[in-house]
Order: sequence, then structure tokens, then C-alpha cells
Amino acid sequence: MNWEIVIGLEIHAQLSTKSKLFSGAAVGFGAEPNTQTALVDLGMPGSLPVLNKEALRMAVMFGLAVNADIGMKSVFARKNYFYPDLPKGYQTSQMDDPIVGVGHLDITLEDGSTKRVGITRAHLEEDAGKSLHEDFHGMTGIDLNRSSTPLLEIVSEPDIRSAKEAVAYVKTIHSIVTYLGICDGNMAEGSMRCDVNISLRPKGQQEYGTRTEIKNVNSFRFIEKAIHTEVERQADILEDGGKITQETRLYDPEKNETRSMRSKEDANDYRYFPCPDLLPVELTQGYVDSIKATLPELPAQKTQRFMNDYQLSEYDASVLSSSREMANYFETVTAEAKNAKLSANWVMGELSKFLNQNQMDVSQSPVSAENLGLLLLRIEDNTINGKTAKDVFQSMWNEEGTADEIIENKGLKQVTDTKAIEEMIQSVLDANPSQVEQYRVSEPDKQKKMNGFFIGQIMKASQGKANPSLVNPILAKLLKD
Amino acid sequence: MSFNKQDVQKVAHLARLSLSDNETEQYQESISSVLALVEQMQSINTDGIEPLCNPLEMTQRLREDEVTESNQRDSYTAIAPRSEKGLYLVPQVID
Amino acid sequence: MHSQNITLLAQQLRNKEFSSVELTQYYLEQIKQHDASLNSFITLTEERALDLARQADIRIQNGENNPLIGIPIAHKDLFCTENTLTTCASKILHNFVPPYESTVTQRMLESGTVMLGKTNMDEFAMGSSNENSYFGAVKNPWNLNAVPGGSSGGSAAAVSANLAVAATGTDTGGSIRQPASFCGITGLKPTYGRVSRFGMIAFASSLDQAGPMARSAEDCAHIMNSIAGFDDKDSTSSETKTEDYTAQLNLPLTGLKIGLPKEYFGEALDPEVAKVTLDAAKEFEKLGATLVDISLPNLNLSIPSYYVIAPSEASSNLSRFDGVRFGYRCEDPKDLLDMYMRSRSEGFGAEVQKRIMVGTYALSEGYYDAYYLKAQKIRRLIKQDFVNALTEVDVIMGPVAPTTAFNLNSKTQDPVAMYLEDIYTLSANLAGIPAMSIPSGFIDKMPVGLQIMGNYFAEAKLLNIAHQFQQHTDWHTQTPSLTEGA
Repeated sequence: MNWEIVIGLEIHAQLSTKSKLFSGAAVGFGAEPNTQTALVDLGMPGSLPVLNKEALRMAVMFGLAVNADIGMKSVFARKNYFYPDLPKGYQTSQMDDPIVGVGHLDITLEDGSTKRVGITRAHLEEDAGKSLHEDFHGMTGIDLNRSSTPLLEIVSEPDIRSAKEAVAYVKTIHSIVTYLGICDGNMAEGSMRCDVNISLRPKGQQEYGTRTEIKNVNSFRFIEKAIHTEVERQADILEDGGKITQETRLYDPEKNETRSMRSKEDANDYRYFPCPDLLPVELTQGYVDSIKATLPELPAQKTQRFMNDYQLSEYDASVLSSSREMANYFETVTAEAKNAKLSANWVMGELSKFLNQNQMDVSQSPVSAENLGLLLLRIEDNTINGKTAKDVFQSMWNEEGTADEIIENKGLKQVTDTKAIEEMIQSVLDANPSQVEQYRVSEPDKQKKMNGFFIGQIMKASQGKANPSLVNPILAKLLKD
Repeated sequence: MSFNKQDVQKVAHLARLSLSDNETEQYQESISSVLALVEQMQSINTDGIEPLCNPLEMTQRLREDEVTESNQRDSYTAIAPRSEKGLYLVPQVID
Repeated sequence: MHSQNITLLAQQLRNKEFSSVELTQYYLEQIKQHDASLNSFITLTEERALDLARQADIRIQNGENNPLIGIPIAHKDLFCTENTLTTCASKILHNFVPPYESTVTQRMLESGTVMLGKTNMDEFAMGSSNENSYFGAVKNPWNLNAVPGGSSGGSAAAVSANLAVAATGTDTGGSIRQPASFCGITGLKPTYGRVSRFGMIAFASSLDQAGPMARSAEDCAHIMNSIAGFDDKDSTSSETKTEDYTAQLNLPLTGLKIGLPKEYFGEALDPEVAKVTLDAAKEFEKLGATLVDISLPNLNLSIPSYYVIAPSEASSNLSRFDGVRFGYRCEDPKDLLDMYMRSRSEGFGAEVQKRIMVGTYALSEGYYDAYYLKAQKIRRLIKQDFVNALTEVDVIMGPVAPTTAFNLNSKTQDPVAMYLEDIYTLSANLAGIPAMSIPSGFIDKMPVGLQIMGNYFAEAKLLNIAHQFQQHTDWHTQTPSLTEGA
């Protein structure tokens, strides 16, 4: 059977506030257990929540960024269930009236095409603590530092049709929240966590199949792998005439398989009701407008601008605007080098290669955007050629100096003196008399091929410093003589 | 709406209360009588009436995003039934 | 014997007729003598009380003039008190010593009051008789076979028996007013949001409100001056300005329009209570007020609405009592589920468990609309009744409870009958308006309270009305005679 894959995602983005959603305790990763907890984060009797202003503002920013309806009156509700990392016995979340309503965003796929994905809603909620399974005399340790950390849960429509699209969607959300500065996007530390809902249906069928939810898939790579694995599992079951059980599953990256989380199945009557300790949050249009006025340029807008201003392809433009740092880097390089296409090629090519090899972020690059720009300027003005520039870049990466210093110190400047080039070419021709003879009697087709041989020899002789744009005409002239 | 023993068991489990058979029976009776007492609501037409969740109908006040709490771990965990190295200990959690 | 008159005691303390330490010692002695039979205290904080009294004496010496300085009082054991056992009369908190202080007790502390101890109550404030306490029932000082009312029964009995000058209580459905009525004292449930709920162990968050319980309206006013007002730790705390609650006490009542809702004088009401209530209303006529017949048509719906909303909120509020971070944990749990199930079923009493289950049911899938949502819609009807009535009249008066204090164990077998006891008090909580109970007569030597309900934030007005009544009657000054050891 030909199956269509239907995917919807729930992304939990941890908002970059200083304090918690409902208390003045600090938010932070890696602190000593239970040192960042206020009474309400511990569910102490008589403690009460008060909403963090900044978390609300960040949620509204996100809503505006995905063209969503902003909930002018949103309500916090309690989701009731027992779990040791949930101190109050309920999670304060939003149910019927979320802060962000229906919206959408466009994702760009690798083939350059774009696709619109619907946002169902996004709501504010508090995070739970952590269970530490190291052995404490056969018991589990509970750390509540993360309790009440503000999360924005972003729910997509089931509009996604492949693992690749899912990854592109998550990357787009990632770039939006980091652009907005409302989430650090650090997936390894759990600042962004994804739950993936997957179902299959025969191609052409309207109604959805039964879905499973894979919890907490926390890297782009695992999202792709988990989806492939789960799709395969579901297809196998359906092909055998079996039925999919609606359930929560966990992806195990080591075994590359998903397995059922039965412990979560037990309590799914969450008894949501409006939290009586919190009141409805009402926004004014003026408040929303003031946030709108401060929104930074978003990835989609930036992509469009890069296409218009720099004549980049949509794919290049979207890759370069995937993060604010990358986009800023690119624009700085371009400002120095005065050549957008060349800058784009270098940022996406050589720079990205080095960053990936060293698992670095562009903000950590030892080569500054200005210095890369100056290097490219030296290609532009024929001081060095592209091949030499790569060697210079390697040296810059190793922090051996600026492009000019390295070119100077290593004597890499291209020879642009026509006389010197002519002499050098002549000496190469003199050293290869039989080839010269052969060239002169050959057909033009064959001559073209032989041209490459001479250029190679010349470059070798000049140690790459001969300017190719000068070499070609001189070579042609000398060969004719 | 009749409230039977299975209902008692279901809500007791949701509320994490363990009941003996005898207690289950007693609660079935006493909860049934409470439900019968509240049943008269059903005869009231409440179409178009907004629920009133909070008597003052105020709106939520906002707190500045400032860290105002200091580390009180020692005094907070001192009253825990079981804690060790600053962690609350519970019987093993199986995910 | 000391008077329970804060204004007078404040003068006497300043005239050096006695010190706060002496006054405190007197009250501690009274408690030791009489509380064995009343059981109104769960915890006595003797050393701390004497410490506080010594500090109070210094403050008085330094010329500070807050009348509450040095006044021995008691707190309902539902307010968290730092380093002092706070049990909510539950086994699940039998060992709970909070490392923090509630806003109410903090403000009382700053005002210079001397806490004698923590008073008994119905477990988690669930009850109307104070028979639902892990620490045993409280007895009514007017008749040791009768209940003191609940849930603030310990506070009411202690003030009634003059074991404390005044006390704090909390009122979710009548828990200040009904015991005040049964014990012959004055109690005020303020407007929802007037007094901070921070550090008050929640029963039903949208209904709970703390207030004073004292001999007189004037004493309640002194306490309101301490505890009322905005608190940024409580999102439901009102920013409406407070006033000096003693400033209007002496205003005349000429022209006051008092509404008497016909629904408050129906079949459920004991005819003798009806008579006492109407006699009291007539007393106000003498003071220049006019009586107006009004209607609160949805009164009878307050019982179903309340008995859905309160348990629903409670079922969620009480989930945090799980044996993990504080309080009781069962012995040797065999696994996580066993820890939850046994800690909670061993830790909570039967009434609490019942209400948790009712609330869990009312919120569960398939029943939410029919129960919880329906009850909240009806709640609006009830509020609207009051809003409408209070455009016609200044205040509403009626009985607090259908009868005087009933006998211990007389209603424990019939919980629904117990719930019906609350018919006259629940609606003020549902609507969030302020309401008082003041002593207004006796039936067979048992006190009867008169309920006065007013508009939002009209506490000063209610206290003025109650004070004027108390200037012309002496019901509130009558105290039960306690024999030695009883």
C-alpha cells in the first residue's frame, strides 16, 4: 500500500526569562538541585502564583511572528495529575483560551520550494521538575529547579507530510524563537523539546489514521530518525492488517526504535479547569501594537530581503537567514567584500564547513565577519586567487593573523606583472617543447584540452600566485608564436 | 446520574486515595447523596450565562521579571519526609 | 477577669494597669484551665507568646499607639506560621512546621499582637461543626454537648470562652459566621480579595477569605485595620484602597435601608431563630433604619453550586499533599503509587476524602459541563441577585444558620443535613460580598447570630451597622460561665 505520512508537532520552547513563570526564583540550567525554587514552585501549602510579565510579552511576540490571532483574554487552567516532579499535583497551563491562537508559517525545503504549515495554537505553561534516576538506595531523587520554568507550547496543524518537512518546520520555529530572543534554542539542554504526532493513511484517503505521540525528541537528527522508525513500525503493523494503538511512545536513539510509555497512559483524565489562583489575562490593542512595533526582522522577511537586495537564490537566502547570528555575519562580510554572491558562497561553504567540523556556532567563529570580508576583497582585487584564499582562511582560522598579514607573511600575493608572467610561461613552454609542438599541429578541440596541461604547469611553477585572468591571454599568444 | 462502585473506584484512583471495600461502599452512598443534592441545578436554564469563576472578575496582575528568591533549600528540604543531598526522595519512578 | 475590648485593653496597657506579659500569662492560664474540655487549641505557643508580649511591652513603652500591640490573640491553624506547627487539623500535616509566614499572621505580628496558639478547626476547613478534626471535636462553651460550629470552631469557642481576646478565622462557605453565631461572638467575612490568601492553606481558592472573630464589631475593626489590604503575593488580592475601619463606627444609621430577603425566612428556618432575627431587625428600625422586603430568588441554588465548586477546587488544591515534600508519608511504601494512595488515604479524614472525590468527579471527563461549568453559571445568577438587591437596599440581613448550635454527633450520620446548615452563608462566598455575624439573642441559653451582608468592599459600613447595634444591645457582651476544668 502507498501510505501518506501525517505529522503534527508540539514544540515546547523554554522562554528566556530571568525568573520563573509564577515565582521570583531564578531560571537557569545546571544549578545545584533544589536551589532555585520558591514556595509555589514546590507546591507548599498556602503558596500562590503571580504571572511573569516578560513571559507574557514573549508569548505575544511569538504569536505576532507567526501571523496568529492574539488571545486578548487568555485563561490559565490546571491540568491535574500526580507525578513526583509535579509538586502541586497539577500543571498550570492554558486550555480553552490560549494566549496565541490560529496562525501559520512558511517553511523552505531543500529543493527550494516553500510550504505553509498551520499553527493551531501556542500557550504558556509551567515546566515540571526532574526525576534523577541515579540510585539513592533504590529511590528516585527529585530536583524541582525546573519547576515553573516558563514554556511556550507551540502546536502545529497536522500539515506535515515527511520527516524532512518536520525537520524544516522545527528549524523554522527554532530560528523564529531565537530571532525573537525569546528562547535560546539549546536543544541539548532541553530549551526546545519536541513531541511528534504521527499517523499513516492510504494515499487519497481523507480521514486521518490513528496516531501515536513520540515524546521529547530533542535534536533535529533524532526527529528525522524517530519519524522514519515510527513510520516503518506503523506501516508494518498496517500492512499486516493490524491496528495502531493511540499511545505515547519514547524514541530510543541508541537502538533507533520507539517504545510505548505505559506509565503515561494511566492518567489521561486531566480534569482541566480554570485556575482559581490566577485571573484571566486581558490585553489591550495598544499593548499588542507596542510589541508589534518592536519585533525584529524575522527569518522569512530577511530571506525575502536577501533575495531582493543581494540577488541570492531562495535556498541560499533562507539558509543564511536561518539564524540571526548567521544573517548578521553574512551581511557584515558582504559590506566589506562588496560582493554578495561571493560572500554567500564563502559563508555557506568554507566557513560553514569549518564550523561544522569544529561543532561551533557562527558566534564562536575565530574568523570575524570583517576579516572574512577583507579576505574576499583580496580575491576581488586579484591580490590572491580563490584557491590561495582557502589556504589563507585556514591560517585565519588558526588565528595566525588577518588576511593581509598572512598574504604578506607567506608571500602569497598573485603575480600581476605581465612581463614576469610572460617570462615564466615562456620558461614552462621551453621546458615542454614536444607538447608545444604537438599543440601547434592539433585541432582546436584537442588544443583546448592541452591548454589545461599548460595552465597546470604554470600554476605549479608560480606556486598558485599567477593571476589566471592574465595567464590565459599570454599563454594563447605565446603558443601561437 | 447514578454513581456506582466503579465510579467510586475510578475517582478514588484519579485522586490517589486507597479505599477498602467497606469504605468504597460507604463513599458510594455518601457521594451519591451529595450528587443527588446538587442534581437540582440541572433543572435551571443557564443558556447564554457566562460562568463566574472568580467573584470579583478582576484581571491578572503581572509581576516584573526579577529574581527575588534566594536559595532556601536547607530550610525547605528540612521538612521533607525523605531527602538526601538536597533532593526529595521517592520510591523509584519508572518512565 | 479581663474584658475582651481591645480599645479598653490598649488603654489599660498604656496606663500600666497591667503589662502585656501579665495579660498574656492570664490568657495562657485561662487556656490551661478551660481548654481541656473545649479543645479549642491544637497548639499552644507559650514561650513565643511571652517573648512577643515582652517585645510588645517595649513597643508600648516607646509610645507606639497601635491598639493591637500586646493583645493576646489566636490564629486558626490554617494560617502558616513560621517555625510553628500548622496542621489544618489534619493528620497529613500533623508534623508540618512551615518555613514561612502567612500574610495575615505576618501583619498581625507586625501590629504587635501576641499569638497564644493555633486553634482547632474542621480538617482543611471542611465542615460546619468542628467534628472533622484529626485533633478531636471542639465543644461549644455555652453547652459542652453542642458543637461550636465550623470550620473556625476553635477560634469561635476560644473567643467565646475568653481564652483569647480575639482570633482569626477563614470563611469559605460560612466558616467564620456560623461558629460566631453558635458561640455568641462577632465575626466578619470580608469581601473576596480584601485580605490576602498568601500562606492560608487553600480549601477553595475562589471562595476562601480570612477575617476577624472577636467579642465586638469594634474589635473586628481593629483587626481589619491590620490584616486588610493589597498583597502582591496573591494574584486575587484587590488593589481597592482600604480605609480606617474604626473611623465610621459611630456614624448614625438614620436612613439606612435594610433588605430582608423572603427566601431567608422560609420553611428551613427554626421559627424561634426567625423571631430573634426579626426582633433584631426591628431594633435597627429604632436606630433610624427602614426595613424593606426583598427577594434573592436563587438562594436555594447556592447549596448545589457551592457543593460542586468548593469540592472541585479542593480536589485540585489538595493534590499537593502527596507525601513528597512535607507532611505525612505512609510507612514503607512499596512503590510510588502505594506512597500516594496510602499517604493520602491515611492522612486525610473521611469528609476530606469524600469532598476530594466529589470534586474529582465533577471535573472529570464527561461530567465537567454538567457539574462544574453549570455550577459556575449558577454562581453568576446568585451574584446577580445580590447586585440587583444591593441597588435597592444598603445592606441585607437574615439569619446565619437555620438553628442554634446543634448537639455533637447529631448530624454526623446525615452529611446532607449538615450541608443544608450552610444555606444562609454560602451565597456571600459565591458572590464574594462581605458578611458578618453578630450576637442578636438567645434561644434556650444558646446564642443566635444575625447576619449582615453588604456590597463589595463595604466592610466599614457593615462594622458601623454592627457597632451601632452593639451600642444599644448587650447580647455581644454575654459570656458563657465556665466551671473549673470545664
